[in-house]
Amino acid sequence: MDKLSEENKEYLIKRNTNEYEVVIGLEVHAQVLSESKLFSTSPTKFGSEPNTQVSLVDAAFPGMLPVINEFCIKQAIKTGIGLNAKINKKSIFDRKNYFYADLPQGYQISQYKNPIVGEGTVTLDLPNGEKKIGIERLHLEQDAGKSIHDIDPNNTLVDLNRSGVALMEIVSKPDLRSLDEVNSYIKKLRSIMRYLGTCDGNMQEGSLRADVNVSVRKKGSKELGTRCEIKNVNSIKFMQMAIDYEANRQVDVIEEGGSIDQETRLFDTKKNETRSMRSKEDAHDYRYFPDPDLLPLELDENFINDIKKNIPELPDEKKKRFIEKFKLSPYEANILVSDIDTSKYFEEVSKNSDVKLATNWITGELFALLNEKNLEITESPISSKNLAKLINLIKKGTISGKIAKTIFVIMSDGDKDPEKIVEEKGLKQQSDPKELEKIIDKIISENPKNVGLYKSGKDKLFGFFVGQVMKSSGGKANPQLVNEILKKKLN
Amino acid sequence: MSNIIDLKLFELVEKIKKKEISSTEVTKAFIDRSQKSKKLNSYITENFENALQKAKKFDEKPDFNKKLPGIPLAVKDLFCTKNIRTTAGSKILENFIPTYESTVTQNILNEGGIIIGKLNCDEFAMGSSNETSFFGNVQNPISENLVPGGSSGGSSSALAAKLTPATIGTDTGGSIRQPASFTGTVGLKPTYGSCSRYGIVAFASSLDQAGPMTHNVKDCALMLEVISSYDNKDSTSVDFKRGPYLKDLNENIKGKKIGIPKQYRVDGMPKEMDELWKKGMKIIQDNGGEIIEINLPNTNYALPTYYIVAPAEASSNLARYDGVKYGFRSKGENLIDMYEKTRSEGFGDEVKRRIMIGTYVLSSGYYDAYYLKAQKVRRLIKNDFDQAYKKVDAILTPSTPSSAFKIGEKTNDPVSMYLNDIFTVPINLAGLPAISIPAGHDKAGYPLGLQVIGKAFDEQNILNIAYSIEKNINFKNNINDWWIN
Repeated sequence: MDKLSEENKEYLIKRNTNEYEVVIGLEVHAQVLSESKLFSTSPTKFGSEPNTQVSLVDAAFPGMLPVINEFCIKQAIKTGIGLNAKINKKSIFDRKNYFYADLPQGYQISQYKNPIVGEGTVTLDLPNGEKKIGIERLHLEQDAGKSIHDIDPNNTLVDLNRSGVALMEIVSKPDLRSLDEVNSYIKKLRSIMRYLGTCDGNMQEGSLRADVNVSVRKKGSKELGTRCEIKNVNSIKFMQMAIDYEANRQVDVIEEGGSIDQETRLFDTKKNETRSMRSKEDAHDYRYFPDPDLLPLELDENFINDIKKNIPELPDEKKKRFIEKFKLSPYEANILVSDIDTSKYFEEVSKNSDVKLATNWITGELFALLNEKNLEITESPISSKNLAKLINLIKKGTISGKIAKTIFVIMSDGDKDPEKIVEEKGLKQQSDPKELEKIIDKIISENPKNVGLYKSGKDKLFGFFVGQVMKSSGGKANPQLVNEILKKKLN
Repeated sequence: MSNIIDLKLFELVEKIKKKEISSTEVTKAFIDRSQKSKKLNSYITENFENALQKAKKFDEKPDFNKKLPGIPLAVKDLFCTKNIRTTAGSKILENFIPTYESTVTQNILNEGGIIIGKLNCDEFAMGSSNETSFFGNVQNPISENLVPGGSSGGSSSALAAKLTPATIGTDTGGSIRQPASFTGTVGLKPTYGSCSRYGIVAFASSLDQAGPMTHNVKDCALMLEVISSYDNKDSTSVDFKRGPYLKDLNENIKGKKIGIPKQYRVDGMPKEMDELWKKGMKIIQDNGGEIIEINLPNTNYALPTYYIVAPAEASSNLARYDGVKYGFRSKGENLIDMYEKTRSEGFGDEVKRRIMIGTYVLSSGYYDAYYLKAQKVRRLIKNDFDQAYKKVDAILTPSTPSSAFKIGEKTNDPVSMYLNDIFTVPINLAGLPAISIPAGHDKAGYPLGLQVIGKAFDEQNILNIAYSIEKNINFKNNINDWWIN
């Protein structure tokens, strides 16, 4: 796959003399960040003991009725605004009917023909520029429970903790064309929702999963090929693997003179292949109809406006601001805004120090450190406050960049205050010209041979003198001043 | 003092408040009679011992500010009652004991009422004769082997036989008004959204309403006052100004305009029914009301519409009875086999028939032709009433096209059974309130009822009109206790 993700390279599948374009659409299921479920007051905490977060409504006891959680509605609207999408003032909750052991009602409450959010766009930041991906819709629905088949050899066990948890299904248009775009799209969606606080985007805990629609067509063709849907893929890596396998499978079928059957497929992560789950003919008839227990959801203009007013700055705007105000490159801005916690950290550091240095230190030393220790920026061993202090020490000339790197390593062990480190270890930069002159004079007098060679034209020896001065000062000499004084003395 | 069981609900309330009788005496009297009346099969579950304890407790520490101070009541077995078995008349819930209380029964408990038992009904309220109950047929106290109506057949039977001073039923297409009419009692279906559906085993969510069944209109006003409440646990509950229905009850209908829909004159309606209807009109005119002919042009489509909408919702509402979580489970080879066996054995024929109809009308390819079309017609039916109410304050019709029939008479002819609901289903489709009051007898001596239909949330008005008719019509139920040896 690495071959395919080279910059600017089109994702095309070649067979014989034909080139195929891959067309991808995603249905992302994002768990709404909410204390309680979509239609009940049960808590939604992840990892609780099985069946401890289940109300009578979630378990579908006789006579129990769903009552909509207003907070989840607000979260969906927020997300819709973040996707630059149309908020529908009237939406309808429908029942999607099917039998399964972890679906207590015998139907899932979802939104079918009238979703809460309509068309929108997400902008991808790709190496060769921006690309807009269309959003078809966003709708709210209940999650099902979990069937556990591997605990008891004879029985399937059911955990209803997740039953009734609010999900947002975000359906993209078939606008994605490569594995990199899929990667970028998921990351962007995740970033937007984390900025908004509407989904924690935690893929390990299943807060973000996707159904992937894949079709192929000959390069240049305008018509869409028949698509296959790959159900419930829970990481970007698996999505990419599944798409790559599926697209190649489809091309092989076509090249062998066959045609693609519209079907639902499953991705086997162990074998790295997709398998047919059911054909279009066997597709469930979900018998959607409006849930008579819930009235149509009608939103007041003011209700929507109040939410709009409280939308925080989103990654695209922030990126624009960073470029304009801080003169960052688009590349740097992208790195700093893509994750809300990184952007917060950056703003905290840069606000109290220097923007350019903050950018370099965060994207350089700090990212390397986090990467090495496998930590999130929220778990950074160095606080934004102390990193800002470190940068200010450099900026003021108290320490050199080189010393700063040494201090940075010390800081990373328990978030130590760089000012104290400088004091305790005596790492303060020597910037007193008189003191430096003394050292320089001493070096010059100790090396008459090299002075002669330098004066006769061996310019490269200048570095030797700088090195000697630095060594003699224990690395603390202000390199700029050393340069100046040395030049004066030697010329 | 007259026999306790012969007293009206409001009289019992008065006497308890005046300490002339105790809750224990009243509770005992109705339990004694219930025990002598097993032949009627009105009860599915008795709660006698527990009720007597509650009555004693009430007498020890009486609260006379309650609307139902220590009053024993049996209720339809569709209301979930905490720690009392709730079956919905079905094998699939044969042993189901809720850990929660429906809002309607909670309201009764809050007002001092005591639940003495759960009353028989058609399975999941699907039926018009109480013959679909897993717990057997119910006898109409009017005459042996006569159906008590349905689906609230146990309720109407127990009420008419004086096993309970009042009761509550549910009405999805006529399930309160038709059995009331068949037993010479009063039954009110409130406006959709008046009584909370929380804790009522669902049949068809957009149509189901709980309502009182009583011996007279005054009792009916009292019961409605108790059970109707806004409930945020039911999203379709409506927050409107309720009552006080009893205090505001009066027979003055002077100047009221009462509509007579010509579409309710159907072929084959017994002559007595037509005469009664005219009698009702005359009473209204004699009391200063005005009779106005109205047009409800889509009435003919109400029954087919109802038999699409109600089964569609039911097919989905009943999906939860799958043997996985609670209720009856049959052993199966695998999950699908377990589902099939559980539901095949757990549900009766009528319920299965409606699940199949409902599943069919919602199926892809048929949805538009049936369900969607039915929704559109439902809107037209509602519009008919909206138009009519521009001219009239209420509407007077017969409650049913005929009187009670014999047990077994219509069991093999579902369509003829469904036709029983012809005058009641349009009201559910339109979400309106309607009351059935006993008005006379047919030539066999079986009771016949008149229905007063109101505007949405205008329960007071139809209670008042019914009160006026009741005062003038002098109906007497002929019940000779044939079932008591």
